[in-house]
Amino acid sequence: MSDLRAAVAAGVFAAEDAYRSLLRATVEVARAIFHAKAASVFLLDEAMEELVFEAVAGEGADTLVGQRFPADTGVAGWVLVTRQAIVVDDLTADTRFSREAAESTGFVPKGLMAVPLLAEDKALGVLEVLDRPQQSRFTLAEMELLGLFGNQAAIALDLLQRARRARAALDGEGELGALARIATRLEDGDEERRAAGLQLLAALEQLL
Amino acid sequence: MTVLAHEFEDEELPAWSLPAEASDSIRIRAGWPERVTPEWAWGGSTGAGVRVCVLDSGVELGHPLVGTVQRSVAARKQEDGTVVVEDDAEGDLCGHGTACAGIIRALAPDCELISVRVLGAGYTGSAAAMLSGLEWAIDEGFDVVNMSLSTTKKQYVDRLHELADVAYFKRTMLVASAHNMPVESFPWRFASVISVGSHELDDPRVFYANPTPPVEFFARGLNLDIAWLGGETITATGNSFATPHIAGMCALILAKHPELTPFQLKSVLHLTAANVR
Repeated sequence: MSDLRAAVAAGVFAAEDAYRSLLRATVEVARAIFHAKAASVFLLDEAMEELVFEAVAGEGADTLVGQRFPADTGVAGWVLVTRQAIVVDDLTADTRFSREAAESTGFVPKGLMAVPLLAEDKALGVLEVLDRPQQSRFTLAEMELLGLFGNQAAIALDLLQRARRARAALDGEGELGALARIATRLEDGDEERRAAGLQLLAALEQLL
Repeated sequence: MTVLAHEFEDEELPAWSLPAEASDSIRIRAGWPERVTPEWAWGGSTGAGVRVCVLDSGVELGHPLVGTVQRSVAARKQEDGTVVVEDDAEGDLCGHGTACAGIIRALAPDCELISVRVLGAGYTGSAAAMLSGLEWAIDEGFDVVNMSLSTTKKQYVDRLHELADVAYFKRTMLVASAHNMPVESFPWRFASVISVGSHELDDPRVFYANPTPPVEFFARGLNLDIAWLGGETITATGNSFATPHIAGMCALILAKHPELTPFQLKSVLHLTAANVR
């Protein structure tokens, strides 16, 4: 691997790790602030039309990351599609939800708070906080707080996805793979080719 | 305006100007009291005769808190990418639409309820389904459409705005949930709809007018017992549950005063708000 590519890759990989930690820290703080049993961030996989557990704190933290479900059903799907935050308690009354939750996560929450994660006009995913203490009456101030956490989680999720796209570009999978390959060739080529290549790039830059 | 032409084809041509001798021909019965009170606005009303559409995740049939649903349709994405609205028997894919229908039913026990399911068309089809469902509801001429949902997708905003304005002049009142996060979403920001946020009181008939829109009214949205899947009841919070409270109040007012236009209906809501009376 060329020095240039290695340097960029190191930056991208380090960033991806850092953003994943930031997201994880956000769900941990959300869980702690609301005294909840668990908190999770779901990432929308738009190509598959699925929601994926991206970060989990508390119950299910070791097993849920990576699990998927359809992006347009259930409470999380509703929140994602309609961009509306909601809080629901006594969910165990909903037997279909309980069964599906138990099958997919092994954990049946009694209640959940869910907020869409939005960046400009795009929905990136959903933040859920599960099983806050049932005896405490919910307030609209808590709803605002949930919105603030949602905002923070959306920024972390957006950064994480950008880092992933950068990595995909370096791996030659994404749209910008060609640029990464050109950078490698420039590094590897002899002086003459390198100078000619840089001249071509300067011309391209002018054109664009 | 070409897009909208079909929606008016069966109606008289609109008047673009008013000849001097014609003013008597458009006399509008005012019938408003000196002071608009809740008693005048909705006292004794049960919502009878008013058709309220719930644009949501579907409504569970046979739920005891919802009662009769006159019709259920779904906006479905076809293989060629277009969306069609057709009769539906799948019920509710989430619980939310049932909750909204239950809130409207509790306020206006004799109104007609119609469910338009716009969830379940796949994530990428969701905004198109919302638009097709809304277009269908406006074509059907429902009196009130409850929209406890919003979109942030900019490519749909112009069409949504256009539909909201068509509804306004066709006397279909759109009641839409406001967003409580710093993000641009629609249709609640449009002036031709009623936008609703939450207050913390327990009275389902108490609402407040907001002197600083775009949120226009605050209604009950905190710790409500609502209808949910499986004939059950759960407790919930959110602007999306405040919205059907205003939709229900609209049904009560329109049942008693069917001549009101959306502009007048919004005025009646304003004049009967708890902080205005």
